[in-house]
Amino acid sequence: MSEDAVRLLPADESSWRLEAYVRRGGYEAARKAVASMAPQDIIAEVRRAGIRGRGGAGFPAGLKWSFVPQGGPAPKYLCVNADEGEPGTFKDRAILVRNPHALIEGMIIVAFGVGIRTAFVYVRGEYARIAGRLEEALAEARAGGFLGRGIFGSDFDLEVVVHFGAGAYICGEETALLESVEGRRGQPRLKPPFPAVIGLFRSPTVINNVETLANVPSIVGRGADWFLARGLAKDGGTRLFGVSGAVRRPGLYELPVGTPLRTIIETHAGGPPEGVAIKAIIPGGLSAPMLMAGELDTCMDFDSLAGACTMIGSAGIIVIGDRTPILDVLKVMARFYAHESCGQCAPCRIGTSWIHKIVSRIAEGKGRPADLDLILELADGMKGRTLCPMGDAAALPVRALVTKFRDELERAVSR
Amino acid sequence: MSYTPSAAALKKIQGLIVPYPERSAALLPVLRVLQEESGFVSPEAEAWVAAKLGIQPIRVREVLTFYTMLRRKPAGKTTIRVCRNLSCTLAGAEDIIGFLREKLGVGPGGTTPDGRITLETVECLGNCDQAPCLQVDGIDYGRVTKDMVAALVGELEAHE
Ligand SMILES: Cc1cc2nc3c(=O)[nH]c(=O)nc-3n(C[C@H](O)[C@H](O)[C@H](O)COP(=O)(O)O)c2cc1C
Ligand code: SF4
Ligand code: FES
Repeated sequence: MSEDAVRLLPADESSWRLEAYVRRGGYEAARKAVASMAPQDIIAEVRRAGIRGRGGAGFPAGLKWSFVPQGGPAPKYLCVNADEGEPGTFKDRAILVRNPHALIEGMIIVAFGVGIRTAFVYVRGEYARIAGRLEEALAEARAGGFLGRGIFGSDFDLEVVVHFGAGAYICGEETALLESVEGRRGQPRLKPPFPAVIGLFRSPTVINNVETLANVPSIVGRGADWFLARGLAKDGGTRLFGVSGAVRRPGLYELPVGTPLRTIIETHAGGPPEGVAIKAIIPGGLSAPMLMAGELDTCMDFDSLAGACTMIGSAGIIVIGDRTPILDVLKVMARFYAHESCGQCAPCRIGTSWIHKIVSRIAEGKGRPADLDLILELADGMKGRTLCPMGDAAALPVRALVTKFRDELERAVSR
Repeated sequence: MSYTPSAAALKKIQGLIVPYPERSAALLPVLRVLQEESGFVSPEAEAWVAAKLGIQPIRVREVLTFYTMLRRKPAGKTTIRVCRNLSCTLAGAEDIIGFLREKLGVGPGGTTPDGRITLETVECLGNCDQAPCLQVDGIDYGRVTKDMVAALVGELEAHE
């Protein structure tokens, strides 16, 4: 089989069609799963592969599926997270456009493994146009007998509904997403109970990111060992690393988990443009605390980045060049989180808007000597004290920026 | 006062409700259809939706005021959404926004007096390798320059 067959993003633009997907071995893994595997063996195989969620939190997918109660009269649901709101992230868009059948096949496999008959794909409203491709692919899959009733001649049915968001970053948080599918404001729910037990319409629900599910066909088709041979022993497979900002070749690069940041930025993305030096790197979407240029040899996997006090998150790498004032970066961060806080709990609602106010003041040249300490204090007041992980997502990157670029910011404050 | 969507919208709405195990869950897709038809969701339309889905009117209002893409007021015929998150800012988004402001004579959130174009700034459009980028009625444009923006606006203004 060609190398193309194992890549998440086939090189050829037209290869998204069902016919091309089937030609490169597509839907064989789903067929094998439905026709010849016991549901618990599917979950066990994905568990053994240890694939960690590609949406941000990195929870092992197979383990999450194993929490869903077996049997029972209640319906169960699958929600695909295609909200892709984390700034610096553009990988799920690419899968939806260039390889939608890999996602659909992954959905069939998890649905069969867990006993799900209805799936919702939650697509951010801003992707409504490009989601036309997904809808076409779904129609192809239905016509080809891969979705609908009696899939592969079995008694397994699966219906897929595409549900559009309408502009709210917080709806990417899994419980806010459930609220949004149910037709409400995207306000996160307190956990536990976890969605695997009580989720959509109060029923057990699996929620996974697009890229996580698009990896499932090759895990089941080729086996966990094949998957584990790429990437690291405890953190296997490849990831779609998105690189944007101060590089010569911004884009998506599919590379093994654990690839050094330097290789991704310099070898693949071409390094910074002529005359620009790297000032800082955000390794996994805006919410991932930034690294300094001296930390370029950090490897892109969960443990290495945790060791560097940040996270791989969505693997959206943003490179900041030395001509950018760090205050410009802080301004974007502060505005973004203040705008996107759902307002449900005080530390996040007040903390993000207060930080935004202080940063705006500094930007207007009206900074006060105590401002930077006040920002740090507010960030500490949010960390670990909010209803959903957005509090941390807002506090940690601001904290890292202010700590690492304290001198430059002090100059801006006293200007 | 009495509001009814067009027959085509009504048919679409009936189809949209079917796959949800609870009617009320179809609220977002239904609002989307109504907004596509009228450009915004009027108080009369809100009342109609509430009755249609069997929910309290306040639930419709809560949702309308939460999601940034839903509108309670009419906007221009075309909407330009310019991304101003980090990757786009690093690539000069503020210059593009400034240029559009000058060109259209309105700032973000404003509509040109002839009602043709509404300008909005938005957070990340998930198109960061194409920074700076924007959407015109949902269609993506990347690596935009002032020349491209001028041509786009010219085209919209020429279009009857
Ligand atoms: C504020 C916030 C925003 C998030 N946005 C997204 C998103 O856009 N896409 C996504 O897949 N996960 C997002 N997540 C993570 C989800 O809550 C969840 O962990 C993920 O969808 C699970 O799928 P996975 O295990 O396959 O990664 C977000 C989390 C938080 C706290
Ligand atoms: S932490 Fe922020 S986003 Fe999360 S529930 Fe609280 S206010 Fe809402
Ligand atoms: S920052 Fe503009 S598209 Fe992501």
